[in-house]
Amino acid sequence: MSTVATVPEGTVNPYALSHLDSLESEAVHIFREVAGEFERPVILFSGGKDSILMLHLALKAFAPAPIPFTLLHVDTGHNFPEVLEYRDRTVEKHGLRLHVASVQEYIDAGKLRERPDGTRNPLQTVPLTEAIQQHRFDAVFGGGRRDEEKARAKERVFSLRDEFSQWDPRRQRPELWQLYNGRHAPGEHVRVFPISNWTELDVWQYIEREGIELPEIYFAHEREVFSRSGMWLTAGDWGGPKEHERTEIRQVRYRTVGDMSCTGAVDSDATTLDAVITEIAASRLTERGATRADDKMSEAAMEDRKREGYF
Amino acid sequence: MSITTTEQLSATTLLRFATAGSVDDGKSTLVGRLLHDSKSVLTDQLEAVALASTNRGQEAPDLALLTDGLRAEREQGITIDVAYRYFATPRRRFILADTPGHVQYTRNMVTGASTAELAVVLVDARNGVVEQTRRHAAVAALLRVPHVVLAVNKMDLVDYAEPVFAAIAEEFTAYAASLGVPEITAIPISALAGDNVVEPSAHMDWYGGPTVLEHLETVPVSHDLTACHARFPVQYVIRPQSAEHPDYRGYAGQIAAGVFRVGETVSVLPSGRTTTIEGIDALGESVDIAWAPQSVTIRLADDIDISRGDLIAPADDAPATTQDVEATVCHVADQPLTVGQRVLLKHTTRTVKAIVKDIPSRLTLDDLSQHPAPGQLVANDIGRVVVRTAEPLALDSYAASRRTGSFLLIDPADGTTLTAGMAGASFAAVDGEETEADTTAEDAEWDF
Repeated sequence: MSTVATVPEGTVNPYALSHLDSLESEAVHIFREVAGEFERPVILFSGGKDSILMLHLALKAFAPAPIPFTLLHVDTGHNFPEVLEYRDRTVEKHGLRLHVASVQEYIDAGKLRERPDGTRNPLQTVPLTEAIQQHRFDAVFGGGRRDEEKARAKERVFSLRDEFSQWDPRRQRPELWQLYNGRHAPGEHVRVFPISNWTELDVWQYIEREGIELPEIYFAHEREVFSRSGMWLTAGDWGGPKEHERTEIRQVRYRTVGDMSCTGAVDSDATTLDAVITEIAASRLTERGATRADDKMSEAAMEDRKREGYF
Repeated sequence: MSITTTEQLSATTLLRFATAGSVDDGKSTLVGRLLHDSKSVLTDQLEAVALASTNRGQEAPDLALLTDGLRAEREQGITIDVAYRYFATPRRRFILADTPGHVQYTRNMVTGASTAELAVVLVDARNGVVEQTRRHAAVAALLRVPHVVLAVNKMDLVDYAEPVFAAIAEEFTAYAASLGVPEITAIPISALAGDNVVEPSAHMDWYGGPTVLEHLETVPVSHDLTACHARFPVQYVIRPQSAEHPDYRGYAGQIAAGVFRVGETVSVLPSGRTTTIEGIDALGESVDIAWAPQSVTIRLADDIDISRGDLIAPADDAPATTQDVEATVCHVADQPLTVGQRVLLKHTTRTVKAIVKDIPSRLTLDDLSQHPAPGQLVANDIGRVVVRTAEPLALDSYAASRRTGSFLLIDPADGTTLTAGMAGASFAAVDGEETEADTTAEDAEWDF
């Protein structure tokens, strides 16, 4: 594991940092700022690669002490079993505390209603917001990256939310130098995005460099899938396939991991990290474009969800 | 530019840069071309842009829609806020702060330039250096952006004529140099036709310099750190108090400037206590030396009282502490900043109460004229302020250290970020001594 800053080849300056070292240092700085200024921070942890990366960076930021944060997962009830298993194993391995907000419980209690299209991604906002209020979390780390989506490209590292978790893009605080302003009123909280400046490729390169373990569904495997809206979805209790949709066995992997109803797999034979990185570098599609049905709903789908308090 | 191996990908450095230009200078086209020609705009993004453009009744895909991420921006056809874009070549990774040309122009460019190591200023070859070009140069100079590129665009519309380029380059270089911009590179381009953006132009044999992308790939990303004053603001104290590490006590932070070594004698400010560095933990590994901007944990030989907000610096090169701050500021909030206002001042990892004692002048960026005693500053104003803090700060001049010479003023009532401050003189001294050694408290010269 090469954790020490390495001098990139071909650079004359002995004090240059590689781009991964720069991004790592920036993220660690952000974690420590939050630890220094907030009372009750929490990391949103889904078992997806971006939240796994966040946790890894947080562990490094405070070593040899444990991380001074708890974890929160919004379980849609349609999560991939491999990912939930990974989540629980990781929590136990590092002796962490995990809060789970369950969309299924909200539906069972009649507080949320299933959407006609079966996707539960937009339903996560209410359980997330109520968990934040209930536990009085004042800083909530999210794994959002600016390269993912055009509304996220306008997001701050420290993003102020009101008591309803709402985001107002017209009233964001200018963010200058490395001076993050986390002041907030009681009831408000700040969403913090430590990996804002990472691209999908950076995430994978760093995962490879650090030898970070991932849920196996990120690597090519055989799976029973069916096609909907141009994406390969996994058959399951969540409501697929419908009568006219036929399943088939394909060699696929997941580029992102979310709700099973709206996260598509991509055809792939990349079974190793190296192969995944090569595949991503050559891909002509963004990860959300390739795998997320919810972002295709409208041009401003992500902005609208974010305004309402989504991740 | 095809990327083949992981090894090639990992051996890169990171360059943060900002672009500035008014609406018609072709900035969106330049950014679009950099992204497109470096294969950073992917098929689904282009399809989305093409669809949105068609829905709006536009004939050609509008590349501005790639960066105008907000509904209000697309509806009004204007860019409201800084957008961050990411692209890579085998030689380097880039973070581009794309700042809008008109709305909230100063606030956005100051924001984008604050973390930039390079600024690209665009001019239209037909119009040459205009008022807004001078403003862009002034902001780059104020924010001490180390490298400035003047991209003289639309060369195709002036028949690729060298004298046109040479005259603009000379005028701009003279102006920017007079403000203390240390390095200026002028490049004749046509963003629309692709001349000298990524590929060298076939129309301008007289130009022997790099294309925009070549320059971005090769410009040095960091300066000589050994010449900097080493600074380490303490962010957080790490004390595991565990069976495995019963006595571990480390000071976590990101090195703001310079180089630190094990064995070095250091002072802790504001207390002034002196000790030596016993160890440096660089995210899991012990090292003998660490430098900016690495995040590390420093262990000290003596058990002295240190907490978040303190500064560790070499004992023989520590900054003076002061409660009187004179600075150039850019006001970024909609509510004004007034004389007598009580604020919070956030400097590195320390936030203290402060009061605005005076606003001696406001600066017009177009012609650098001063307006004495304006009484208040409103959004997008640049001015001088005098602030008294409740506790001493270990403050450098911004000229000497961007990281430890900058601060924010914050409204204590609602937490609004009011003002971005840069301690010390506004612009680097012209044809004279560097202002680097100036300390803020004594620095009474305002050389704008």
